[in-house]
Amino acid sequence: MSAILELRDVTRRFGDKTVLDKVSITIAQGSFTALLGASGCGKSTSLRIMAGLDRPTSGEVLLGGSDVSGLSAYERNVAMVFQSYALYPHLTVAQNIALPLTMRHLSALGRVPFLGSLVPGAAEARRTILSKVGEAAESLGLAELLDRKPGQLSGGQKQRVALGRALVRDPALFLLDEPLSNLDARLRIRMRSEISALHRRTGKAFVYVTHDQTEAMAMADQIVVMIGGDVAQAGAPRELYERPANRDVAAFIGHNAINFLEPGDGIDVDGAIVGLRPEDLAPAATGALTGRLESAEYLGSEIVLSLRSAKGTEIRAIAPADFDVPAPGSEVRLGYAPHKLHLFDAATGVRRRTTP
Amino acid sequence: MRLSIERRQALTDLWLVGPATLALFLFIFLPVAIVAVLSFTDYQFGAASFNWSGLDNYIKLFSSSIGRRAVTNTLIYVAIVIPFSVGFGLLVAAGLHQMSNWAPRLSNVLKTVYFLPVAATLVAMSVAWQMVLHPSLGIVNQTLFSMGLPTPNWLSDRGLVLYTLSMIGIWQSVGYNMVLFLAGLAAIPSELYDAAEVDGAGSGWSRFWTVTWPMLGPTTLFVMVVTATNAFRVFETVATMTKGGPAFASDTLVYALYREGFVYFKAGYASAITMVFFAFLLALALIQFRFVEKRVHYR
Amino acid sequence: MNHPIRSRVLPLVLLLTGAAVILLPFVWMLSLAFKPRDEIFTTTIEFLPSQIEWSNFTFALTETDIPLFLWNGLVMVTGILFFQILFAVPCAYALAQRRFAGRGLLFGLVVAALLVPFHVTAIPIFLGFAQIGILNTMWALILPFIQTAFGIFLFRQFFAQLPADLFDAARVDGMSETAIVWRIAFPLALPAATAFAIFSVTAHWNDLFWPLIATTDPNLATPPRGILYFRDQESGDNVGPLMAAAVIVTAPLVIAFLLAQRKFIQGIAAGGLKG
Repeated sequence: MSAILELRDVTRRFGDKTVLDKVSITIAQGSFTALLGASGCGKSTSLRIMAGLDRPTSGEVLLGGSDVSGLSAYERNVAMVFQSYALYPHLTVAQNIALPLTMRHLSALGRVPFLGSLVPGAAEARRTILSKVGEAAESLGLAELLDRKPGQLSGGQKQRVALGRALVRDPALFLLDEPLSNLDARLRIRMRSEISALHRRTGKAFVYVTHDQTEAMAMADQIVVMIGGDVAQAGAPRELYERPANRDVAAFIGHNAINFLEPGDGIDVDGAIVGLRPEDLAPAATGALTGRLESAEYLGSEIVLSLRSAKGTEIRAIAPADFDVPAPGSEVRLGYAPHKLHLFDAATGVRRRTTP
Repeated sequence: MRLSIERRQALTDLWLVGPATLALFLFIFLPVAIVAVLSFTDYQFGAASFNWSGLDNYIKLFSSSIGRRAVTNTLIYVAIVIPFSVGFGLLVAAGLHQMSNWAPRLSNVLKTVYFLPVAATLVAMSVAWQMVLHPSLGIVNQTLFSMGLPTPNWLSDRGLVLYTLSMIGIWQSVGYNMVLFLAGLAAIPSELYDAAEVDGAGSGWSRFWTVTWPMLGPTTLFVMVVTATNAFRVFETVATMTKGGPAFASDTLVYALYREGFVYFKAGYASAITMVFFAFLLALALIQFRFVEKRVHYR
Repeated sequence: MNHPIRSRVLPLVLLLTGAAVILLPFVWMLSLAFKPRDEIFTTTIEFLPSQIEWSNFTFALTETDIPLFLWNGLVMVTGILFFQILFAVPCAYALAQRRFAGRGLLFGLVVAALLVPFHVTAIPIFLGFAQIGILNTMWALILPFIQTAFGIFLFRQFFAQLPADLFDAARVDGMSETAIVWRIAFPLALPAATAFAIFSVTAHWNDLFWPLIATTDPNLATPPRGILYFRDQESGDNVGPLMAAAVIVTAPLVIAFLLAQRKFIQGIAAGGLKG
């Protein structure tokens, strides 16, 4: 698959603060890429540079193979969906969705109310716009709401209008900046599948900024983990989960926070830091690792055990729901499959090539 | 040729802020610089040239009896207007705030009445005041006469005219200060009054002294500065009713600057008066800036 | 609440007395405007006219230039407001929502300009206008006020509260910055614009200082200037029509104030806060 968008060695400084440091990201045609990271890691700046709302201090931005650093956001023909929805409060839903089209199809004169209808071609353009807006609204279930103002909509509806505004102009690329973070948990999950469906339907590349690794894992086919203005690792969700490139990525990816065991905690492999996910660690009569039980959380489908190694490191393990939890303070033996261990260099935090 | 995006952005910024910035320079900063320079010259409007005269204009302003008159009259005017306008403004606001609990309609009507002079055209109202205070036909003197009291010449008695103007200045600004105080009062949390009541400060006066007054402290200072700023600019009433007379008894800084500059065309001298006036207002602004965060929120 | 009589009646009486004093010139002005001539020139106290006499108003509206003065005032305040908005809104938008070299400096200049009362700039502006020969024109009345540091300041504070995303969205949608200013930013700023308009119109409709300086042609007189022309011509013996003229000049703003009190108080209070 060819690349639709590429950042090459992009650096962005604000004053003497470096927000992006020689970042290179490749977005494949038709892919769904998540830029994942904690706040302040540079993911939103990367997105704004892709959009043309911000420009790199150095480095290149390629869109469809050609350098677009001289083009404005509009000239790049990218669509963007914002965290705050950024709907125009004084325009109706229909006008909000239509705005990118009116800017494109109607001349300045044609946009003037009443007078505009006298401009040749304006009526034709208006009809086209109207039908496109109708189509977009229909596909997002907004047909009933076209005459409302954004202030009268719920959060989910606003988000759909924002998507409609992006959809209607048939962009080369969709850029989404934490689009779901202002929604409540249930709606978030529903909108997640709607956005995925939209991605399949349009077949266009989506770049999706989020700090929520679950969202990234659920939707993306490529995840770019950004830490401190650098790309820490880019790859498929499974690759990131199974072979995190360093400690930081390992800590970031995964529903349960990964355990890091130092030499002396019970698993010693050439002085490496051992990463072991709680879901790969369960009570076993013959387990190699022992810990003193501190507390247990019963979650219905499973039980999360918090233990402490002899050295004092906290260890979390997941037991099946029918596990008979011993009294706090008891010794518990834990078992794991050797190929589930992740080994990181104690000094650099980088993943070691060989696993025992 | 297409301009680079940086160049286009810079041109956009220039297009957005350029006209306003140019206007600021043309109509504020450049004139301020010119007036400052002119104040050290003997320039007259229409003259072909001018001579540097050093501090002569300032010396003339502070040593001639007419010049001193304008300065002291302005200070007296401000000194009378501040306490009365702010005091009445506070009392009216406190009264209306209280009244809004048991007679909200009447309270609103009275608020409108008190604010009326702020919105009304001051020159027209000055003409009306002239008739109210007319020595023989005015309602005030007619009433005083019928009660057998002396009927002063409010606007042509040298000893009285400045106080008459001050009174009209107070009349004009009470409503404005009332609005600022009402905003300050609305911002006082009602729990404080409950707490005061629990602590035994139940009556109107003790509530005022334990809660209202201390909470309004910053507002009051701010209102005083605003009142002073406006009082220093007194011009319309003077120009309409007294033209600074009789015998300069009601001359003020702004009226003097108008008369010297635009009636006698002494641009240099008028510039010096302008600079003195400006210095007073800058001093007030300095006070205001120290308390700028305390700005009241009006509703 | 222990002494409802004392805590209510006394303040009520004082407030009503104060209100009566405030209203005195208004009532007297109306009373004289509606009084026939012989009732004005009497030394007996007649607070209200014995009958409503419209002839004073007819005289003021037909025999004098009052309608012209009102028209001049309207043209002047409209012109001033138009240019103020035209200049201030784009500048305020850029100050609030764009990054450019010298932005902090420009904002500093705006705040500094707030400190300069118009009176301070009158002499040089008069000189300049005399040089280019536009004294005694409508432009002389309008031009000095097209700059409005206060307007820039007010709109900037408003725009700074709007989310930056909104303007980024408009950029992505293909709007030019000029289009963003007038199609997005300005419509959203209408509440601020209303307050500003009320402040600006009131201040300039009522202003006497600059019209007195910049124009000597009675045909260019604004309402306050015109009233003085009228009064000085009649030298005091045509009080009824003079009071009618005063009523007519004051009426537009007072009626507007009575109709939209909240907005008026907000606008004028906001204007006064500029110090």
